[in-house]
Amino acid sequence: MQIDFQSSRLLRPARPGFIRLTLVLAFLLNLLPTSFWAFYPEWVMLVVLFWSIRAPLVVGTGSAFVLGLLMDVVDGSLMGQHALTYVLISYAGRVLSARILWLPLKQQMLHVLPILFCGALLEVLVRWFAGDEFPGYLYMLRPLITGLLWLPATYVLMLPQFLTKDRDYERPI
Amino acid sequence: MPGFEQQPPPLFKQGPAPLALLILYVCASISLLVLDDRFRYLEPLRGAVTEVVSPLKKVVQWPVIALTTVDEYAVTLDQARRDNAALRQARLMDAEKTQRLEVLEAENQFLRKLLETRRQLGARVQPASILYSARDPFNRRVILDRGTDQGVIEGQPVVDDLGVVGQVTRVAPDFAEVTLLTDRNQSIPAQVVRNGLRTVVFGTGDGRLEMRYMSSNADVQVGDWIVTSGIDGIYPRGLRVGKVESLESDANGIFSRFILTPAAGMGRYGEVLLLDPVTLPTDRPETLDRKTEQQATTFSKKKRKAQ
Repeated sequence: MQIDFQSSRLLRPARPGFIRLTLVLAFLLNLLPTSFWAFYPEWVMLVVLFWSIRAPLVVGTGSAFVLGLLMDVVDGSLMGQHALTYVLISYAGRVLSARILWLPLKQQMLHVLPILFCGALLEVLVRWFAGDEFPGYLYMLRPLITGLLWLPATYVLMLPQFLTKDRDYERPI
Repeated sequence: MPGFEQQPPPLFKQGPAPLALLILYVCASISLLVLDDRFRYLEPLRGAVTEVVSPLKKVVQWPVIALTTVDEYAVTLDQARRDNAALRQARLMDAEKTQRLEVLEAENQFLRKLLETRRQLGARVQPASILYSARDPFNRRVILDRGTDQGVIEGQPVVDDLGVVGQVTRVAPDFAEVTLLTDRNQSIPAQVVRNGLRTVVFGTGDGRLEMRYMSSNADVQVGDWIVTSGIDGIYPRGLRVGKVESLESDANGIFSRFILTPAAGMGRYGEVLLLDPVTLPTDRPETLDRKTEQQATTFSKKKRKAQ
């Protein structure tokens, strides 16, 4: 596993335990009472998308569904609102993963932004069907900020893979 | 033979077919959405998950809520003194009103006894403070620091010092979720103070209230105060709901729609009062059920006759 096509260093795949830990941490960040910042990033969406692209066998539509339901309960929103969004985003990540991982990091970010925007739009659509109003244009800043976090998130989430001790100096590919 | 060719084994481990899983989970989410939005079947599930997650939530949110309380401590002596003086003056003003209220209440009860109507005035109140507002930007909801452990029940009206804030819509052991009056799904029976005209006030979802489908000659003016009418048996009578801000008539000129500014401080954080509902909310009046049963029996009789 490499960070993009330019990197010459081969990394080990991420450990499933670490992946689950990051999902839990993202969920905790989403629990913070931050309703006064409409642009507060969607941490769970970011991390689910990241691992759906990087490790689709560990994080797939199933984990996205469970996390989505948890977010629905915690937010007091409609059951299935976040679940539907996360499931579709995770699938989009999985399908597009080969293409996204081929690109350099900044272009990866440009590729991820529309996926996140579609997720936000889907939530607006679901609530619109349920009879709610559009929450304001500030809400659309949320996927933008979440997308901009793709760059730092890649380095943070892949840190244990970079810092691994058992680097093979005999074959430095 | 066509259709019986053997597929080569997959080169990489793939797990179950992703598309099948996607369809499964999308269908599950959509059915959950419908079940929750249309039928409200999922409250037990929600309650169970809340019970598991709420300790975690409390731990995570503790620092943030602690910070906001620290902010309250950092009030200067000068500010506190000024507040104290203002409050003392306000209490003096209120004392005179309260004394008159006692007499009026006694008189009212006497008159009601004469009329043989049974109606409780003076509801039991419980103070609570707003912890934070719900994170989902689609909801107009706030979370209070009291729950079923303190005797909070679903349906309780919530007021602040200026007017009606909303209604408790969900309770957990240690917190309660209040849907604000400005929520799109919230409505409250009300009346105009000036002439006693009864209406229903709805939330608009954008921080204001509205009275829909008023007849175009309804006697409502801009600047009128709207208070609760108390006919729903939940909100006590005479609590301030809002003030009429503007009037919009439809193209046909049959109905008009009034926009209200809510009386209570909807966006503020602070102290609120939980009132006991005047009568407990019930699912469905018994008389209605009896009527349908009767209808059903008469219908079947008719059917039998027809046969």
